Amino acid sequence: MFSKLKLVWLVAGRELRDQFRDWRVLAPMMILTLCFPFLMNEFAKQTVDFLNQYNANLILERLVPFSIMIIGFFPITVSLIVALESFVGEKERGTIEPILSAPIDDWQLYFGKLLVGVATPLLASYLSIGLYLIMVSRQQLEMPPTPVMIQLFLLTTAHAFLMVSAAIVISVQSTSVKAANLLASFIVIPVAILMQGEAVMLFWGNEQVLWLAVAGVMIIAVLLIRVGIAHFEREYLLGREIDVINLRWIWRTFWSNFRGDAASLGSWYWNVLGSAFRRILPAVFFAALIAGVSLWMGYDWIMKNTSEVIAHASPEDLKAVEGRLRELPDLSSIRDHISAPFLFLNNTRAVALIFLAGLFSFSVLGILLYMVNIGLIGGIFALLQLLGVSPWPIFLAGVVPHGVFEIPALMIGSAVVLYFGAAIVTPQTGKSMGEVILELLADWAKIFIGLVVPLLLIAAVIEAYITPGLLLNLLAS
Amino acid sequence: MIETQDLSKQFHDFMAVDGVNLSVQSGEILALLGQNGAGKTTTVRMLTALLHPSRGWARVAGYDVVKNGHDVRASVGVLTEQHGLYMRMTAIEYLDFFGQVYSLSPSARRARSDNLLEYFGLAEASRRRIGEYSKGMRQKLALARAMMHDPGVLLLDEPTSAMDPESARLVRDEIARLKSTRRTIVICSHNLTEVEALADKIAIIYRGRILLMGTLDELKNQVLGAAEYEVKFAEAWNSAGLELPKDVELLSQTPTSLKVRVRRPEEMNPQILNALSAKSAPVMAFQQEARTLEQVYLKVMADAKGNGHVQ
Repeated sequence: MFSKLKLVWLVAGRELRDQFRDWRVLAPMMILTLCFPFLMNEFAKQTVDFLNQYNANLILERLVPFSIMIIGFFPITVSLIVALESFVGEKERGTIEPILSAPIDDWQLYFGKLLVGVATPLLASYLSIGLYLIMVSRQQLEMPPTPVMIQLFLLTTAHAFLMVSAAIVISVQSTSVKAANLLASFIVIPVAILMQGEAVMLFWGNEQVLWLAVAGVMIIAVLLIRVGIAHFEREYLLGREIDVINLRWIWRTFWSNFRGDAASLGSWYWNVLGSAFRRILPAVFFAALIAGVSLWMGYDWIMKNTSEVIAHASPEDLKAVEGRLRELPDLSSIRDHISAPFLFLNNTRAVALIFLAGLFSFSVLGILLYMVNIGLIGGIFALLQLLGVSPWPIFLAGVVPHGVFEIPALMIGSAVVLYFGAAIVTPQTGKSMGEVILELLADWAKIFIGLVVPLLLIAAVIEAYITPGLLLNLLAS
Repeated sequence: MIETQDLSKQFHDFMAVDGVNLSVQSGEILALLGQNGAGKTTTVRMLTALLHPSRGWARVAGYDVVKNGHDVRASVGVLTEQHGLYMRMTAIEYLDFFGQVYSLSPSARRARSDNLLEYFGLAEASRRRIGEYSKGMRQKLALARAMMHDPGVLLLDEPTSAMDPESARLVRDEIARLKSTRRTIVICSHNLTEVEALADKIAIIYRGRILLMGTLDELKNQVLGAAEYEVKFAEAWNSAGLELPKDVELLSQTPTSLKVRVRRPEEMNPQILNALSAKSAPVMAFQQEARTLEQVYLKVMADAKGNGHVQ
């Protein structure tokens, strides 16, 4: 193992030497590392003087952690430049082929580049933070507490890994440095939004959410590294020379995967959709498991937290809720408003939203939405119990008739998202990343159109025309 | 050492290499000739396990290029189309880096890089940045890199391009020396004189297919026909009554010379000389007409383009 890691270090070491011999990389890093803490310190001083006039102590307390986050971030931006050109730059300079022809494994090459992309900017970032902290201590400003310092350290590291891992994925898949630089906005924009969110959390002092942000950024960075390695193909690094969006090829690849070799609708359902469904079957079982966990979580959360929520609620709010609860049994008015098309569109939109959220987050956000949807059922179950109503009859009359179609549809729709995320981080030999994504999109479309939509259609008809009647009968009895 | 069967590579709709069959033994040099984009580099890249064949298979140094890519790469030395040097490194650092990649010991790395730098005349410049090197020096260094781990198989894309005649000669000598040490060598080149001097076998590739493969003599016979010989006389001589052997074709005749086509020269040429001697012909010279690889190559290419198809 040591000899294998030695090659990782060898690749990184060579690049590091190269970097330290290039003033174009060193100069901005030195400026950002050495000048920015002074600028930030001056900014903090001015802000303190200004805010002292208004006695805004809370903001002052948060200013130092916020400054640390910003100071730590700026040197990391250099990592983006280094990482973006890591593979595609070597390709353009013609130095990639000798190294690809050498006995180095893909992962060794990949981690070597990752290491060098992260190491120098991160070192500069820590140095910059250190400098700033010295200035803070000399001015007798309040130092952030240790947990916040740990959070800031981890956040800075997580940002570096996130940006570098995303940049390397782009670098492997791009055909030129120019294309890679243009695609960098797909990193810069989400990271900028993320930083704004984290800054808000810092000012709020919401440590729990910040821990979640650290974990989330780390998970996405790890998934990105996994995606990068899974789709690292020496062939594509050498083969592709020009950027062309080949719409014909995109459509042909999608359509041939969507249609398969089916001659009729029957054979499409039986063979093409059937085989896609068999592929996602493990994900369906997993989605069922997640559904069970979500039901329990929804139920448990309501059971544990309702009394606390009620205790903290104002009398006016409670009165309003009481009023709404009184109105609840009057289903006849709802019956007139909720039509089958409305329910169908609503549910279809929910499943599509789960897919879209999952598409851009390796299925993580999609599955979270799915859990919320299922968790609501558990929550309602618990609420009914708390209201002293036996939930089972209502559940059997109000949920089961359409739920037997709607819940499997939601489960299958979410299982495809889960499968999508798993497949994208799995190596697919002989296929480009584009081909893999198109095949996965075709699989999703097959299952969505062939299975989820019909199930939701049936569910909507039952929910609109049968469920209200059953519920009214139940309530009347 | 190198064997391929139906080796093919398709990029989307484009067939870059189509059904290539090769067999190159230890101590043999195969030259791949063809226009730019004919499929030479793609073939070499498949032999280096950089590209996966779309069809067929290839074994290099006993390893399958698909199943044992890592072993193939460890056994092969490659000189790529672009030299691919790191410009901020010195030659010593560069060779040492690749020596480490190929798991050579520190002493072996030092000894090997010193030898190669000395041989290619780069010893004096070994501590200068590669960026300061001339084109020829860079090419020599890239060749030294390919030889650094003393590989059993060498794949050389344009080994003497951009070199001055002296350096090119040096490289040719080194390739010939490597051949004598039972290495298997594949050269892609546009330099036909170099190929004539070095190659045991020549393959002409056109649009991904091998049009013709064999030794230089085989190619010449196949493309240009049997060898032609010219007899020159010291003075005007009347050849009436001269009886040439049956398999010898008289092509042209003047009072001071005659030209013949001979199918089996080793057998027929002595008979021709005997017939001339019997008639007391004043033979001054008997020599084979020059037939170059260039003639073969140009004819094959012209035929291929004229036919619009191959094979």
